[in-house]
Amino acid sequence: MKKEFEIIANLIEKSTRVLDVGCGDGTLMQFLKNNKKIDIRGIEISKNNVQKCVEKGLTVIEGDAEKDLVQFPDGSFDFVILSQTLQAFLNPEIVINELLRVGKKAIVTIPNFGYWKVRLHLLTKGTMPITKNLPDEWHNTPNIHMCTIKDFFNFCNNRKIKLDKSLALHNKKTSLIKNSNLVIKNLSAELGIFLIKN
Amino acid sequence: MNKDVKIKSLIIDKPLKLDCGQTINNFPLAYETYGTLNKEKDNAILVFHALTGDQFVSGINPLTKKDGWWSYAVGPEKAIDTNKYFVICANVIGGCMGSYGPSNIDPSTNKILGTNFPIITINDMVNAQYNLLDFFKIEKLFCVMGGSMGGMQVLQFVNNFPNKSKIAIPIACTASHSAQNIAFNELGRQSIMADAKWLNGNYSNENSNPDKGLAVARMAAHITYLSKNGLQEKFGRKLQERDDLKFSFDADFQIESYLRYQGSVFVDRFDANSYLYITRAMDYFDLVKQHNGNLSNAFMHSKTKFFIISFTSDWLYPTSENKDIVIALNAIGSDVGFVEIESDKGHDSFLLDIPKFLDILKNYINTSYLKA
Repeated sequence: MKKEFEIIANLIEKSTRVLDVGCGDGTLMQFLKNNKKIDIRGIEISKNNVQKCVEKGLTVIEGDAEKDLVQFPDGSFDFVILSQTLQAFLNPEIVINELLRVGKKAIVTIPNFGYWKVRLHLLTKGTMPITKNLPDEWHNTPNIHMCTIKDFFNFCNNRKIKLDKSLALHNKKTSLIKNSNLVIKNLSAELGIFLIKN
Repeated sequence: MNKDVKIKSLIIDKPLKLDCGQTINNFPLAYETYGTLNKEKDNAILVFHALTGDQFVSGINPLTKKDGWWSYAVGPEKAIDTNKYFVICANVIGGCMGSYGPSNIDPSTNKILGTNFPIITINDMVNAQYNLLDFFKIEKLFCVMGGSMGGMQVLQFVNNFPNKSKIAIPIACTASHSAQNIAFNELGRQSIMADAKWLNGNYSNENSNPDKGLAVARMAAHITYLSKNGLQEKFGRKLQERDDLKFSFDADFQIESYLRYQGSVFVDRFDANSYLYITRAMDYFDLVKQHNGNLSNAFMHSKTKFFIISFTSDWLYPTSENKDIVIALNAIGSDVGFVEIESDKGHDSFLLDIPKFLDILKNYINTSYLKA
């Protein structure tokens, strides 16, 4: 999802220190490195993906974000990115807390389970939704904590996490999410992108 | 050992003050090089060897006539491509492949030093090898790397010379030798010293050699370099050239025969006193203590980029101890990468043909060299 990367790149300021949590094969890191003058690191659980990152000349640490973020001091990064990974954690709340401790700001993107196609799938077919962003079946999906844009929006508000910017992405078009349009965006957007801080 | 083989050696005439307090001077440091140092002198890799290694990293070792200890990793087109990089490796002081060690002759008595050789440390080894940079007129190395004790030397090198290498790759090592590792080393030392032929370390002057003790030390150590699964898979309970148990203490099992063989070939190439001195140096290694409990301080002034590699089945220098180094580096915002390689070959993995390991090593080195 190239558009998501562009949006993330636009949220990151120049000459900053950035950590990509769950950086996968390093596609986003490489994109950011090529487009922004930043010092970027990744942490990734899959050995094969770590291998791919090293091939690209990226600095990556093999590790589990749920356990290994503790090694980074408070505020050691200007931005911490969590791209479409939050739903795969056993305890997303702890991960969010860690992101906000390690990073001065965090960028979290979530596949929106409230997207109308997802809802329609469950309504009409009665089976767990399978979409472009959520291609796995219920029994083999790594996504164990799916949430909607509204869920995440409320989660941040309830915990006094500041939403610096909330963006909805649909068909390569982005729009701002506000209290007033939350219900609509929660229905129409495939992806939510949030810039948050403590 | 064939003494006719020509070994490259540097005589170091700069006095070296050892951690034990003694100062050594005009001592030999044996080394070997592979590849060519380029005009910019920015392609030099200093490889540090492990406990029983030597300067013969690649190609055929002229003394043992066997492949160099890191032939899988170092050579033309290999992970450490000698068509591209200039690889230097020196025999550590305390060793027995030409560098100043306990088998050297004391000029004042004309006798072999034996245990009159001073106790040396990893720090001393690294300081001795630093002279190679002056010798080759290299302002800054491209890379320092090594596995096991070689990895400890990498850590100590960056600590001592914070900006003398662009990248550092410590493999399967630790920043602080564990109680278990000290215990295994002590077992080896006691085995040597229990051999009546050791003669309090004076065996060479008396035409004696503690072969049995050194062989047992090697056998015990060898087990720690492997893994339970690796041993089971390779040997299981297979019998050695026989159909049934012999009801004797012969080597009935293949694993027994294998260990005996490993012990016997080792004594042909290694000096028992060197084994004592080098294992002692490993035991004394504690970079954490050198910095009053804060390992991060060891690397505080360095801009060297680190890549740390461990192996899943290595229980001698386990992933957790390698990760401690990663954590210390992350705590000060250093540029550090880390990977744990899947392997059932135990600690020895770093010496073996493990494609995933060799691939990532190659990729890391080559992409780091590209980045100016």
